[in-house]
Amino acid sequence: MKALRWYGKGDIRCEQVPDPGIEDPRDAIIKVTSCAICGSDLHLYNHFMPGMQKGDILGHETMGEVVEVGSAVRNLKVGDRVVIPFTIICGECDQCRRGNYSVCERSNRNAHLAAKAFGHTTAGLFGYTHLTGGYAGGQAEYLRVPYADATHVKVPDGIPDEKLLFLSDIFPTGWQAAVQCDIEPTDTVAIWGAGPVGQMAIRSALLLGARQVVAIDRIPERLSMARAGGAIAINFEEESVIERLNELTAGRGPEKCIDAVGMEAHVSMAHPDTILDRAKQAVMLETDRPHVLREMIYVCRPAGVLSVPGVYGGLLDKIPFGAVMNKGLTIRTGQTHVNRWTDDLLRRIQEGQIDPSFVITHTAGLEDGPQMYETFRDKKDGCVKVVLKPQ
Amino acid sequence: MAHRHRTRSHARPPASAEALARGLGWFSLALGAAELLGARSMARWLGMERHESLIRAYGVREIATGIGILAQKDPAPWIWGRVAGDALDLATLSGALRDPKAHRDRVAVAFGAVMGATVLDVACANALSGQEPPRHRRAVDYSDRSGLPRPPGQMRGAARDFEVPRDMRIPDALRPYRQPRRQERPQPSM
Ligand SMILES: [Zn+2]
Ligand SMILES: [Zn+2]
Repeated sequence: MKALRWYGKGDIRCEQVPDPGIEDPRDAIIKVTSCAICGSDLHLYNHFMPGMQKGDILGHETMGEVVEVGSAVRNLKVGDRVVIPFTIICGECDQCRRGNYSVCERSNRNAHLAAKAFGHTTAGLFGYTHLTGGYAGGQAEYLRVPYADATHVKVPDGIPDEKLLFLSDIFPTGWQAAVQCDIEPTDTVAIWGAGPVGQMAIRSALLLGARQVVAIDRIPERLSMARAGGAIAINFEEESVIERLNELTAGRGPEKCIDAVGMEAHVSMAHPDTILDRAKQAVMLETDRPHVLREMIYVCRPAGVLSVPGVYGGLLDKIPFGAVMNKGLTIRTGQTHVNRWTDDLLRRIQEGQIDPSFVITHTAGLEDGPQMYETFRDKKDGCVKVVLKPQ
Repeated sequence: MAHRHRTRSHARPPASAEALARGLGWFSLALGAAELLGARSMARWLGMERHESLIRAYGVREIATGIGILAQKDPAPWIWGRVAGDALDLATLSGALRDPKAHRDRVAVAFGAVMGATVLDVACANALSGQEPPRHRRAVDYSDRSGLPRPPGQMRGAARDFEVPRDMRIPDALRPYRQPRRQERPQPSM
C-alpha cells in the first residue's frame, strides 16, 4: 500500500510499504477513505518532537471502512464505517474507566519510554513518535487499529466523510478545550491560534454560550474564518494582544484562555521572548517556545482558567509561575479524551448544529501529501486544513 | 467547498539569506579566533580582566558555531545558536556596564556592536526558517465559512444543554450563575 513516511526534518515521502495485518485478536484493519494533516504533525515535520524513526508512517486523523477484524472484536464487522480517534484506548484500565482515555495505561506499547520522559506512561497514539507506542499512522491506504473494539467510533452511512473525519481529533480537541473552561454566559473566552483546533474551539465556545469569543492569530484568512464563526479577531502583528483584550473586558482580562498554539509559537520581532526561545531551542536549553502560555498567564483574569490543548513536548523556560499562583489560575491540559465526546458530537453533527467540514481548504490525493505538508506548514494558498484521499 | 491543488513551488530560503548565513559563519570564526587568542588584551581593553577565561570560552563557542554554520547543510539552527550566544554576550556586557572597574564607555561600544550583530542574526535566522511572510500573499477570504447553520449570534448557547463533567468544572469563584445557594456563604454579586 501507499503511505506517507517520515524521514527527517522537512522530509516526508509517499512510498510503497507492506499492507498491515491483524497482529492481535483485538485488532481491526481499516481501508482509509479520508485522512487529514494535523497541526501537531507539523511538530514532527519540523522535527521538534523527539522519538521519530526514519520510515515511520504518519497520520492520526483517519476514517474508513473495516476490512478485517481480529477474533476478539465483537462490536465491529467488515464493512462498518468508522472514525479512528488519534488516541488508542484499551477501555478497561483504571484511567479508561474514569474516561481519561488519553492517558490509557495499557495502549502504549513503549510505556517504559514514555514513563522515562514523563514519569508515567500516557496512551498510545497513531503515527506520533515511539514515545507513544510507535504505531503506524493513518496517512496510508490501510491502517491497523489496535484495541479496535474500544478505540473506534462507529458512524452512520449517508453523511459525507468530510463532516465526520474531524471526530478523530480536531473537533473533540477544540470542544474539550472549551468544555474544560466550563463556560458561563458572562465569559470572554480568548483563543490563541486560529488554526484548525482554534477554529473548532471558537465554535465550541460559542455553542456553549460564551458572551464573547476572541481569536488571536496573524494569518488574515484564518482570522476571516474565525470571524465567520463569531469571534472577534486580533491580528497580533498589527495590534497589542494584551491591550486589546483588556479593552474588550473593561480591564479585567478574559475569564477563560485557550492555547491552541503549543510549542511552536510564531517567532517575531514584536515578541523578543520568542526570539530568545527559538535561540535556546537551537542550543537545546529548552525544547518548546511557550510565548502563548506566558501571555495567557499575564492577561488572564485572576481566578481564571487556562485551557491548553496545544501540544508541548518537554521543557519550557521563564514561565511566570508567580503570576499563576498569585492570581489563583486553574490550568487544564491534556491530549483529548476523544471517545468521551464523540457520541455527543456525532449527534450535534447529525442534528446540524455544526458542520466541521467548514475548515477544509485543500483536498488532495495521498501521493500529493508531501507537497501538502509544505503548503500547510507555510500557510500558502490560504491553507487551513488538508484532507487526503488515499483511494 | 474543497478544491484540488497541485502546485510545485519550493520553499527554499532566499539566496541572500544563505549568503548572509555564510558571512555570519566566517564572522563567527574570525571573532572566535580573536577572542580565543586575544582574550587577554580584549579583557584589558574592556577593563574586564577577571573575565579573561570567560572571553576565551566565548571564543570557543563562536568557532564551534562558525564551523556549524559553514559545514552543515541546514545552517538555520546554528544561526539561532548565534542568537543564543548574542544573548549571553549581551548579558555579560550589561553586567560589565554596571561594574565600576570596567571601562564602561568601551563596554558600551561593544554592547552596541553585539546588538547590531543580534539584529542581523535574527533577521538571517528568520529568513532561513521560512518565517518571513511570503511577498506575494494572496489573502483568501473565508468569511463564508462559519460551519454553523445560522448566524453566530443566533447559535450562541445552542449547546448549553451539554453538562460539563465534574472533573472539568470551573472554580466557584468564576461562577456567577447556578451557584448552589448556601446560607453561610456571601451571595455572588451578579
Ligand atoms: Zn491532530
Ligand atoms: Zn486503557
